[in-house]
Amino acid sequence: MESPQRKFQRLQEIIDKHEGKTSHLIPILQEVQEEYRYLPEEVLTYVATAMKLPPAAVYGVATFYAQFSLIPKGKYVIKICDGTACHVRGSEPLNFAVKKDLQLLETQVTTEDLQFTVERVSCLGACGLAPVVTVNDDAVYGQMTPDGILEVVKKLKEEG
Amino acid sequence: MSTGKVTIDGQVVEINEAKNVLELARRVGVELPTFCYHSELSIYGACRLCMVEVEKMGLVASCSTVPMDGMVIRTNTERVRRLRRMIIELLLANHDRECPTCAKSTSCKLQKLAKQFGVTKVRFGNRDEQLPIDESASSIIKDPNKCILCGDCVRMCKEIQGIGVWDFAFRGSETQVTTAFDKKLADVSCVNCGQCVSVCPTGALTVKSEVDKAWEAIYDTDKTVVVQIAPAVRVALGEEFAANTGDVTGKMVAALKKVGADKVFDTLFTADMTTIEESMEFMDRLKNGGKLPLFTSCCPGWIKYSEQAHSDLLGNLSSCRSPQQMFGSMVKKHYASRIGKEPKDVVSISIMPCTAKKFEAKRPEFETEGSPDVDIVLTTVELAQMIKEAGVIFEELDPVGYDNPLGMGSGGALIFGASGGVAESVVRFVAGYIGGEDVGRVDFYPVRGMDGLKEAEIEVAGNTVKIAVVNGIGNAEKLIQRIKNGEADYHVVEVMSCPGGCIGGGGQPDVNDTAARVRRLKEIYDLDAVKQVHKAQDNIYVNKILEEWFGGAGSSGTHHDLHTTYTPRRRITGKPIDINTSEKGDSVQISVCVGTGCYLRGSYDIMNKFAELIKHLDMEEHVDLHGTFCLEKCDQGVSIKVGDEIITGVTAENAEHIFKTNVAMKVDLAVNN
Repeated sequence: MESPQRKFQRLQEIIDKHEGKTSHLIPILQEVQEEYRYLPEEVLTYVATAMKLPPAAVYGVATFYAQFSLIPKGKYVIKICDGTACHVRGSEPLNFAVKKDLQLLETQVTTEDLQFTVERVSCLGACGLAPVVTVNDDAVYGQMTPDGILEVVKKLKEEG
Repeated sequence: MSTGKVTIDGQVVEINEAKNVLELARRVGVELPTFCYHSELSIYGACRLCMVEVEKMGLVASCSTVPMDGMVIRTNTERVRRLRRMIIELLLANHDRECPTCAKSTSCKLQKLAKQFGVTKVRFGNRDEQLPIDESASSIIKDPNKCILCGDCVRMCKEIQGIGVWDFAFRGSETQVTTAFDKKLADVSCVNCGQCVSVCPTGALTVKSEVDKAWEAIYDTDKTVVVQIAPAVRVALGEEFAANTGDVTGKMVAALKKVGADKVFDTLFTADMTTIEESMEFMDRLKNGGKLPLFTSCCPGWIKYSEQAHSDLLGNLSSCRSPQQMFGSMVKKHYASRIGKEPKDVVSISIMPCTAKKFEAKRPEFETEGSPDVDIVLTTVELAQMIKEAGVIFEELDPVGYDNPLGMGSGGALIFGASGGVAESVVRFVAGYIGGEDVGRVDFYPVRGMDGLKEAEIEVAGNTVKIAVVNGIGNAEKLIQRIKNGEADYHVVEVMSCPGGCIGGGGQPDVNDTAARVRRLKEIYDLDAVKQVHKAQDNIYVNKILEEWFGGAGSSGTHHDLHTTYTPRRRITGKPIDINTSEKGDSVQISVCVGTGCYLRGSYDIMNKFAELIKHLDMEEHVDLHGTFCLEKCDQGVSIKVGDEIITGVTAENAEHIFKTNVAMKVDLAVNN
């Protein structure tokens, strides 16, 4: 894992690269999130300070978009597609099964041990494979079933 | 801007530069309902209440539609009426309808419009989720359950005040207006001006009431209740009673006596003292090369803002306490003992047009023997509330005068209530001070009026003195940037947080719009015009008391009791950013400030230098390095904190030296032990 110092340097580099332009706030937040894997409050305050924006405005943008997270994400981010096709082909049972397995309460998306985050997302663009699940945006599982997804989660748990 | 003609409800009207259809409709005598439209703010078009039907365009929001030649507009159609009612009904459904117990009851715009449009029933259920109410701040209470998301407060704070405490967060049905990270209002950069409260159409933002505290003091027979009343209150209090919009000084004093105040004095008295002390301070700085421009210090919103944003200008602020605090200090330090009382047995109540004064009164430096100089701050609206509660029929009261000696004030003190008043009062004093008794009346028109920035020049003993007067923090910030960039220079700058000055303060009655402010402004100057005591030095009681109680103007006595100091203040609370974290618990803790002031001075580079040194000297396991937001030493260069010690004036050049002498030594000691 990258050192906090390196992350902090990257943070400033990202802001510098965009010349601190207000119109670049969203790409800046996207890149910062990539670095920190979420948007910590103190980092958002730093972004606001460096960009000469009120922190409330940065907070407003960061909470508006579903792509930004203000709470730490797990090591494995499981995205369950809930676009129309996936929804009718049964994405809800997938979601239910995973959340039950990981003991996540209704509004909770990340496990206490920071291993898993479960997100429901809009169309991933693979409707032919509905219902679709991705893990960390690289592994794609099509035509998923509740048993199938639990199998995937089990493997990830074993990997640690 | 367009020209031409439009037809509104069958009547042909000249467009004549009208900004939008809404203004044009007002010209033909049609008042369209709005929540989110304020002429001084940008157009938002969110509430949709001002919808009208335009031929070939259909339904449009009149606030955001520019009139064009030939438009045929209808403001009152079946469709429009149905929609307006529906919008109000939907807003009510999503609103905590606790109307009778709401602070804004009877002055709430949602309530008013619901009645106006005959909405007698809400067909939808109540909202099921209750969000927490924020009562952390000394002046303002936020109840998100009553917010209708019109965004008026957001735009007021951002556009007029340039601060941006409020913003929208989250989205869709979860949208809220809140502070950064949903923090408590007391933990962010709010200056307590209350302008957001002024524009809030509902009870979502209200003033924190101290009425109960005031009653408690009045009912306590062991306490002497001493009241002071600010200049801007007398020209607005009447608005709370039967459309009496003029000056109500006499009735106001009479009402306070009926309510139970033991002594009713006038803040004008200490406004005169402020004029004298501040003028002396200015002339001293001018003569002896002190820091200029001199910024006025009467406005607590401005003071908090400058402590947060311009620590480098704190030396330019007048050291004079505000008239409220001078009065409080005088009451607790001198008046109490003269009536044979302990400071704690005299309850000092101030009646202010202002919400920030509540914060100011709680500043720890304004105390005498552990008792606050001003115990209770009531706004104009809170005073009206007490008068109503006491059953006093305000309209029928016979006028009563202030108690003496602390009830006398000059015209110069009276106009403190308007933007430009402090500057003009200083001009009057200086003119009289230099010119002697022959000077007569000095009316200084260039600094009067509602304009956000007013500039003037006068000759003082052979010097040209340049004066600037700004109102609204946003205007103040623009002026400061011009001064810092060398584009403008002044000798005196008067700053008031609220547009128009104190007459438009956050504690004034609803409706507190531009029209109301202009009316109050005129009233203040009308009163000043007939006041025979014109300049501060004409106030004989002030001269006498300055001499007898304080040892004369500009003396060490006044300096101790009537002046103050300022300290940099952080804008936002929060966790530091971790840069290096050791595994051990007993490591040396270093924080480098990355708050705005230090950030602009290059604290990022210093941080990197420290991080390199930690690596280079192999201290990663012995040092915790953080980035922190503000160590409240912004006026002294980049600050760092090592353990409990704050070191200021760190630069890229001396960073290595400071690290080696202050950090590395500590690490060596710890390691060797």
